[in-house]
Amino acid sequence: MAVMAPDRPQAPSTEDEPVEIPERPGAFGLADTGVLVSCAASTFMFVWLLFFRIAPLSGVVGFGICWYLLFLAAYWFVVRELDGPVLAGDRLMAVVVTSAAIAMVVPLFLILGYVTAKGIHALRLSFFFRTMRTVGPLASATAGGAAHAIVGTLEQVAIAVVLTVPLGFLCAICLNEIGGPLRRPIRIFVDAMSGVPTIVAGLFVYAIWVARFGFSGFAAALAISISMLPIVTRTSEEVLRLVPGGLREASLALGTSEWRTVWGVVLPTARSGLITSVILGVARAIGETAPLIMTAFGASVMNANPFKGAQSALPLFIYKQMTESSVASVQLRAWTASLVLMLMVLVLFSLARLVGSRAAKRGRLRRAPEKYR
Amino acid sequence: MSTTDTIDLTGPGWDAGPPVTGDLVAEGVSAWFGEHKVLEQVSLQMAPRRVTALIGPSGCGKSTFLRILNRMHELVPGALLAGSVLLDGADIYGPGMRPIQTRKRIGMVFQKPNPFPAMNVYDNVLSGLSLSGGKAPDADELVEQSLMRAGLWKEVRNRLRQPGGALSGGQQQRLCIARALAVKPEVLLMDEPCSALDPTSTRRIEETVLELANLVTIVIVTHNMQQAQRVSSHAAFFLAAEDEPGRIVEEGPTERIFEGPEDPRTADYVHGRFG
Amino acid sequence: MSAGSDTMNAEAPRAIRPERTRADRVYRGVAIAAGLVTLVVLFLIGLFLFLRAIPAWRDNGWRFFTTSTWNPDSPTAGYHSGVLGLLLGTIQIALIALVIAVPIAILTALFLTEYVPGRMRRPLTSVLDLLAAVPSLIYGIWGFFFLQPHLIGVSTWLANNLGFIPLFSTPDGPFFAASPFIAGVLVALMLMPTATSVMREVFSQAPQGEKEAALALGGSRWRMIRKVVLPFGRGGIVGGSMLALGRALGESISVAIIISAVFKFNPYMLNTGGNSIGAHIANRFGDAQPAHGLPALMAAGLVLFVLTLIVNTVASLIVRRSRSGSGVEI
Repeated sequence: MAVMAPDRPQAPSTEDEPVEIPERPGAFGLADTGVLVSCAASTFMFVWLLFFRIAPLSGVVGFGICWYLLFLAAYWFVVRELDGPVLAGDRLMAVVVTSAAIAMVVPLFLILGYVTAKGIHALRLSFFFRTMRTVGPLASATAGGAAHAIVGTLEQVAIAVVLTVPLGFLCAICLNEIGGPLRRPIRIFVDAMSGVPTIVAGLFVYAIWVARFGFSGFAAALAISISMLPIVTRTSEEVLRLVPGGLREASLALGTSEWRTVWGVVLPTARSGLITSVILGVARAIGETAPLIMTAFGASVMNANPFKGAQSALPLFIYKQMTESSVASVQLRAWTASLVLMLMVLVLFSLARLVGSRAAKRGRLRRAPEKYR
Repeated sequence: MSTTDTIDLTGPGWDAGPPVTGDLVAEGVSAWFGEHKVLEQVSLQMAPRRVTALIGPSGCGKSTFLRILNRMHELVPGALLAGSVLLDGADIYGPGMRPIQTRKRIGMVFQKPNPFPAMNVYDNVLSGLSLSGGKAPDADELVEQSLMRAGLWKEVRNRLRQPGGALSGGQQQRLCIARALAVKPEVLLMDEPCSALDPTSTRRIEETVLELANLVTIVIVTHNMQQAQRVSSHAAFFLAAEDEPGRIVEEGPTERIFEGPEDPRTADYVHGRFG
Repeated sequence: MSAGSDTMNAEAPRAIRPERTRADRVYRGVAIAAGLVTLVVLFLIGLFLFLRAIPAWRDNGWRFFTTSTWNPDSPTAGYHSGVLGLLLGTIQIALIALVIAVPIAILTALFLTEYVPGRMRRPLTSVLDLLAAVPSLIYGIWGFFFLQPHLIGVSTWLANNLGFIPLFSTPDGPFFAASPFIAGVLVALMLMPTATSVMREVFSQAPQGEKEAALALGGSRWRMIRKVVLPFGRGGIVGGSMLALGRALGESISVAIIISAVFKFNPYMLNTGGNSIGAHIANRFGDAQPAHGLPALMAAGLVLFVLTLIVNTVASLIVRRSRSGSGVEI
């Protein structure tokens, strides 16, 4: 009678019946919740006693670690007594797994909260329109702005997009549409390229371009492209793979050439996925700092020409302001810039999700209804 | 009997008079996938103004044979073939013969309806032309004519701008037929076009096939023997013994194949003793 | 039965000429060229770093790999520089990060695939992707101002209570700021989202039939995971960890912000002082002289490039060849 399927924590089980019914090892009833909570509470109090009354141990973190470990041990023992070793192991691991997930997620909120709290003070409209040209090192946080940095970032990323997107799409087309014996080696190269540290990319562009032509936004765009290209290629390839083969066949059977099939059928069908992959690539690119140090170099004045002369960029702005001065107002300005950067990433991210889900609703790549499959 | 509109045979591009084209002949066609031989010496004449049905149990190479006829077989890596396929006397695999040209003269409708989801109904019908860079002098008329011939015009005339994927399964398949017809092929290959559809849609497509037989040579692969009897005037029975490549066991007029087959294996199949 | 007589030898397959149009041939050529661009770029990176690093070889020879000083611009020190300390420090921080990140990534991936009901999966995955999108710079400054004070508390606790273990001993005394440990924890935070994503994809492809069989035999969820999901995902776990290793080795900005740079390798991770090649390049680029300092940095960059290239290629091969990884994107 019992269904042996992994159960989620659910409402109190109505199957508290006599011994004939085999157990459902996953079910998590009211009694089990009680065991969990009481274990947690009692170990908490015990450790509190230990820390603050009996022994000279100290520290919030130490407290937390002790309590957690003791809680796990106590929980395991209790469940073992009540329900046997198999279930004890299972429940213990469920707690451990859930804690790991919480540990993973919590930093996001801490980071967002902290950056917002610190950055919101100096956030004024002027931040987006002024530069640091006339601002001294002791000026207040609201003096000056990051206009030059924002312009720099926008220009550099725009050039990187222009360079990366056609190349990335073509590479994805090569991998997915043309295939053949080249597919495996090229995939390996793309993977290898995605592992190149961004600072090495910066050094490379310095060696190949900046040493001869000087610092510029364009050089920064080149360095950014090196990190962006593998991302765009890989996500585009995934999207192209989702296009059903039947569409390609239908197009070819009409007497269409290969490239027109790709241009007229495959790419339009995959359009929203391709757009998403570009947006995600941009979201990663705007946060790159290391390669900018040796290519754009940074400036405190506006340089709207990306092809000539050092240019600032938002991450560079943050990095320099934060690390080159310990004056509070300077750092506050850097926090504001960080907030702006985070907001840009969030906006791009939501945009990508929006594009993706809107296409799904319009049924672009929706599969045929069950009956006709 | 027919619920479709009457077909205008004098529309753009279709001559009422000779020469008769669409004479398709396969001579000694054998096929391999890598080392594995799947067809053995298949020869068949598929004459114009006729519907030829390819029948037989699944796995005998009927679909493979069909794909050889419009050069789709070679898209599979490792696909090989021997023999020749003559369209109006010329071998489509001969030197200098482009697959693209062949596919424009020999069209195909697939088992699973596959209209292009990124285009609306109107553009789907014209896609064969627009994809190959051609231009239709009278696009609206061509669309209407193709949809009429496919038996879909009445249902979609007010929905031409809706996406191609928004139609029902049967309608999608007729859209694919219209799309194939808009390229004005001489031959139309159909690979089990009704197997994914409900009985009503199936019947409508069978009616369409009968009407189209005057315009294009039709070769249809089907599992459904009743369908073969309803629709075709000629039939070829394919069979593959275990671990053997597929062959044509018997071929001839449909009536003879079903009512007086010469080969006992044919008789067994058409009487439902295996399948 | 067959039409006509067969005079052709039908047993030998004929050559099928694709007879592509010129437009198609151009298209294929362009696409293949695009594919090869990646190879070309990789090659160029290696080549140019090597060329620019030649003066450093001239100054140091093989001692570049065996010493731990950094005075390339000073004539009195003979323009010597050595990458050994940097290399060891890089590996140290990366290993600390791995040890913390990989178990949590595996557990979180299991949480997402096995423990979470379907509706919650999408929002949680979005959170994960967002975590991966946060720039490492932001991690770095947040880590410096917010996380470090708390981690110093952890370091203190570890040193006081577990200090008898050599790894946690602090011969320099109670100086815990800007240590490899703190840098390692921060890098771990950055690695976890991407590692989790890889493993999550891998685990989600575990064969449903085997999982059901394990449960039907009366196994608990955890037993089923241990017997089916984890063995299946072995390739993905190893590959994902190596990928994380590759990223950890290349981290520069966040480490530069946290760490207090030294050149001799500091094996006592709780104590102040450490370094990594990436952080070092970021710190020193500003005042490196073109004659000696810059080539030395180029040489260090080349070492890092080769190291990460090897690690990433091996990782990608492991993932792609494994039973679980063949469909997975890293």
